Amino acid sequence: METKIVDARGLACPLPVVNAKKAVGEFQEDGVLTVLVDNEIAVQNLQKFAAQRGLSAAGEKKADKEYEVKIQVVPGKASASQKKEEAQVGGEVKDDAEEAISCSPDSRKKGMVVVLSANTMGYGEEKLGKALMKAFVFALTKQDVLPETVMCYNSGAYLTCEGSGSLEDFKALEAEGVQILTCGTCLDFYEIKEKLAVGSVTNMYEIVETMERAKIIVRP
Amino acid sequence: MRKMSEKIVFCKGGGCTAKLGAGVLSHILERLPKGPPDEKLLIGYDSKDDAAVYQVAEDLAIVQTLDFFPPMVEDPYLFGKIAAANALSDVYAMGGEVKTALNIVCFPEDMDLNILGEIMRGGSEMVQAAGGILAGGHSIADNSVKYGLSVTGVVHPKKMYPNNQGTPGDVLILTKKLGVGIICTAARIQEASKEALQEAIASMTTLNKRASEISRSYRVHACTDVTGFGFLGHLHEMMGGRCSCRIEAREVPVMKEALHYADEFFLTAAGQKNRNHLKDFVRFKEVSFAMEEVLFDPQTSGGLLFAVHPDDVENLQKELQAEGLPAKIVGRITEKEEAEIQVG
Repeated sequence: METKIVDARGLACPLPVVNAKKAVGEFQEDGVLTVLVDNEIAVQNLQKFAAQRGLSAAGEKKADKEYEVKIQVVPGKASASQKKEEAQVGGEVKDDAEEAISCSPDSRKKGMVVVLSANTMGYGEEKLGKALMKAFVFALTKQDVLPETVMCYNSGAYLTCEGSGSLEDFKALEAEGVQILTCGTCLDFYEIKEKLAVGSVTNMYEIVETMERAKIIVRP
Repeated sequence: MRKMSEKIVFCKGGGCTAKLGAGVLSHILERLPKGPPDEKLLIGYDSKDDAAVYQVAEDLAIVQTLDFFPPMVEDPYLFGKIAAANALSDVYAMGGEVKTALNIVCFPEDMDLNILGEIMRGGSEMVQAAGGILAGGHSIADNSVKYGLSVTGVVHPKKMYPNNQGTPGDVLILTKKLGVGIICTAARIQEASKEALQEAIASMTTLNKRASEISRSYRVHACTDVTGFGFLGHLHEMMGGRCSCRIEAREVPVMKEALHYADEFFLTAAGQKNRNHLKDFVRFKEVSFAMEEVLFDPQTSGGLLFAVHPDDVENLQKELQAEGLPAKIVGRITEKEEAEIQVG
C-alpha cells in the first residue's frame, strides 16, 4: 500500500487542497494520503475535495493548530462529475457533502449544553467533589460527541479561571469549537474576573436563552 | 507595470475573502454595550445592513460606511480601483448618493511609495467617477498593504433601501455575475486564464452607481450588495428571519471560468466559512458542487441584489441590461418555509 504525506501547515487555502490534489494524482496504487494542516476550515475543504472525488477521508485534530486528514486514495476512482451524477440518481446530492463536512473534527452536538453550576460534583466532602468535577471535565473532552456549549455559573466560575485544574481540558474543548461561557455576575461576585483564562463572559439573558434552546442539558 | 506580488504575503486571501466570518462577528456584535437609543439613527448595526444611516433633517439622512482590505490583484492601480468601488458600493446599496470619501491606508514603510501612489490614484479615480470628493484620509505603517475608503453619502430617509424589507412575492434581481473570489484565488496560484481574470477585474471595477440610480424609478423593497458573505450569505440577511426564497440556480449570473476553477478545488477559506455559517438555512436540490461553491464564494465589489415588486421586475431588468449590466432575475421571495433558501 502506498502512503504519502503532504505537509500543508502554514499554507492558506486553496493551497492545502491544491497540493493534496496533486499528490492524489501521483498515486500508482491504492493507498493513504495524509495531509497536515493548521486549521479546521482547511480540514473541511479537504473533506469537500475528497467527497467530490468519491474518496473517503477522516480528519483528526492532533493538537492546537495541528490537524491531520487521511484520504483513502484509489487511483482511477470516479472523477468529480461522474460521482455527482451517481449521487443525483440517488436523489439528494447535498447529503453526501454535508455528511463529510460534519464528520470529525467537528463532533459537536447541536443543542447539547453542559451546565456546571458549582466547582464540585455531587454533595459530600468538598475535596472529593472537586476531584470528581475535574475528572468530569476531563472525561467530557474524551467523548465522541461534544457539547455545543459549556456554561459555568456560581462557584462553577472558578473552573474557567486561573488556578483551576481543568483549564487545559476547557482549552481543548474550545479548540474543538465548543463554546465556553462563564457567568459575569459570578466572576464579579467572587472577584475573579481578571483571572478568567478560557472562553468568554456571559450574562443571565444568554444563560436563559441557551438553556431554553437546548435540546439536552447535561449536569454533573 | 509595477507589481506588488513579491512583497505581499502570498495567498492570504485578499479582497472580501479576508473578511471575518459572519458567525464570529455576530457573536461579538451582539455583546457590545449599547448606548442610549437615538431615533435619528435609522440604520445601525443591529440590522446588519450595508451602511449606517443617520437622519439630519426631515428630508435628509447621511449614509456612512467604511471598507478596506488586502490586495486581491497584483496591479496596485487596479487594486485601488476595486477597493474603492467596493467601499462606495455600500452607499449605493442603501439607495444613496456619494458625497465625500476618506482614504484608509496601511502600507509597509520599506515598500516603494510609487506603489502606494498607484493604489491611491485608482481609488481617487473611482471616487470621482462616483461623483464624490476625496476629502482626506489616514495612513499607518503596517507589515502588509491594505486600502479602502470611508464614504459618506446622502439619501432621502423615506427612499433608502433597507436590506431586509423584502416581502413575499417580490422578485430578486442580481446585477453582477458571481465568481470573482474563486477567480482571484485561482489567479493567486497562477491557475487563472488571462480572460477570466480580466472579466473578474472588469466586474470588480464597475461601480454599482448606475444600477442603484436606475432602480430608484422602481418599487425596490430591499437591496444589498453582494460581498464577503457571498450571494447566499447576503440573501440570508435579506430574508431577515421573516421570509424565505427560492433561487433558480441556472438563472444566477456566473462567470463560467469560476465554475471550472471550483471543480479544480481552488477553494477559499472564506467560502467554506460562509458554507458553515449558512448550512442550516440553505437547501440545494440538484445543484452542482461547483455552483454551490460559487453561491458561497465571497465577492469583492459584487453586484446589487434587489427585492422588487413583481410588476416592476421586467422593466428594471431590461433597463439594467441596456446599461450593459449582466443583471438577471434569480428567484423570488416566499412566505416563510421550512428551508429559508431553496436553491434548485
